[in-house]
Amino acid sequence: MRWHYKHFISSKTRKAIVNIIVCLKQILDPEVPARDFRVDHDRREAVRGSANLVTNIFCENALETALQLKERSGGRITALIFGPEEAEDSLRKALAMKADEAVLVVNDGVAHPDPLAVAQALAAAVRRIGAYDLVLVGRESGDWGMGQTGGLLAEELGLPCVSFVDAIEAGGSGLLLKRQTDNGWERVDAKPPMVATITNNEFNVPRIPKTRDIMMSSRQPIAKWTLDELGVDAAAIRAGGGYSRVVELAIPEKEVTCEFVSGDTLEQKVDQLAQRIMEIARAL
Amino acid sequence: MSDVVICLFSNAGYDRAAQGLVGAGRRLADALGARLQAVVLGPQNPELSIRAASIADAVVAADQPGLAEYQPEPCLAVLTQICRELAPRAVLLSNDTYSQELAPRLAHRLGGSAAGDGVELAVENGALRVKRSVYGGKAIATIELLRTPAVVWLRARAFEVAEGARPASIATVRGSSLSVPAETPTRIIERKSEATGEARLEDAAIIVSGGRGLGGPEPFKDLQEVAGLLGGQTAASRAACDSGWCPPSWQVGQTGKKVAPGLYLAVAIRGASQHMAGISDAKNIAAINIDADAPIFKHCRFGIVEDYKKVVPLLKERLAAMQK
Repeated sequence: MRWHYKHFISSKTRKAIVNIIVCLKQILDPEVPARDFRVDHDRREAVRGSANLVTNIFCENALETALQLKERSGGRITALIFGPEEAEDSLRKALAMKADEAVLVVNDGVAHPDPLAVAQALAAAVRRIGAYDLVLVGRESGDWGMGQTGGLLAEELGLPCVSFVDAIEAGGSGLLLKRQTDNGWERVDAKPPMVATITNNEFNVPRIPKTRDIMMSSRQPIAKWTLDELGVDAAAIRAGGGYSRVVELAIPEKEVTCEFVSGDTLEQKVDQLAQRIMEIARAL
Repeated sequence: MSDVVICLFSNAGYDRAAQGLVGAGRRLADALGARLQAVVLGPQNPELSIRAASIADAVVAADQPGLAEYQPEPCLAVLTQICRELAPRAVLLSNDTYSQELAPRLAHRLGGSAAGDGVELAVENGALRVKRSVYGGKAIATIELLRTPAVVWLRARAFEVAEGARPASIATVRGSSLSVPAETPTRIIERKSEATGEARLEDAAIIVSGGRGLGGPEPFKDLQEVAGLLGGQTAASRAACDSGWCPPSWQVGQTGKKVAPGLYLAVAIRGASQHMAGISDAKNIAAINIDADAPIFKHCRFGIVEDYKKVVPLLKERLAAMQK
């Protein structure tokens, strides 16, 4: 049905070293079922409860996309997080997946800085990391899902940006990207350096790290930088609300009662189901 | 200084999203006591411009050859120039791929603030507030935008259309007054459509959708047949798309399409909140699932607790018979 992915990644890809910075975010496990999900109305944040902290899935799709590009073209991958000390776990996992280096910009300010504060902190770290061709971010996070980090980061760095990318190879003017659109896909020819936001497809499902690599990752160094040493307005980023602020957070009440079709036999039940469906279809 | 700008792409036509966007723009402009300016990017589309002009106060059509097809950098550059000129209070866009790609960058270039995926707009003490779903649909947040302009992309299809009969002026901005960058570091070089039917999934009246429980790509053929019998379209959950059982453009959910059909029939979809976030605007949800405790049933008007493998062939038969 969609063989184009296989065509897209051609075996004749020319060798070109691509240095990649992958920005990650650690979030509350989005798999927490709705019935266990609570919010703190005063702090306007989700209550962590017994939920795990995990790496945002689209960020892992981004790392997987970077790893595959590196395997074909060579280069170095730096995993970058702007987050609290506990976000080190997500960087350890990135190292176990075989990112080459890891940098944590320690957020000692508000727990959920606004999108511009995040982009400014990341941009400063990207500049300090230096030589790169490609900066990848997830298309959005599974918690606040603002979907702005990529675009704002590109503007902070003065770079072009392509969104919803799901495959990258070296070629053309430097990079060839495939990105998803509302009703299909597009191919983009790009001259690096650039920013891309990554979405999921069947080929960038994040790899499971090997046990040996997990053990090795616990001994690898993680660079820790403070906001103060990055030459940014650390006070503004710590306060993190000059761009937008959350004024309310609530759990929507929306439950309807499901009427299960009844009948003694499967045939009777399906008959009822078909009738209910046709009633609605005819009314539309 | 207090105009509301809406941004439309002429290639998309005056579809439900454009209608919702114009409606949302009109109501926001009225609430602010402001003028509504519609910016149309791309080749001349008289129908779109005239329809927009009947509701907006003015239409600005940017139809330079360099904008004939969407390209990220040229479109962003032109939209930025137009907005700088108009100095709006708010810029509203739809939630299509292109608008989502442009909005945060546009906000940054204009010194404003962006928020996306809005389902409701309000003005509170002069500040724009956007209601949107967060935490994979488990919560609703209200975000206040602190800088001007407020750049907001909306779930435009969920917004009511506006009626209007006032013929506004349509100004066409020609090449001389706008500079469209010719050499850009990124260039879209190929475009492919893999739509599930004639209409867009977002506009479908009936959607038959399959999930992880289908176990493979084959059952989607049956779902397509059921959808065909109902004049509907086929969609899928993220799990099914990630497994490669169907194209990613079929994906419905928090990170896929946000749909609003009259009937959404979920087949072997458990109904995680991330999936439900894509169908919160559906009028009726029905499900076929083997597990009576699947969360999907909490959102359903009706459903059947059975193995889809037994239900779908019978359902196909029954629906075909009922059409005769």
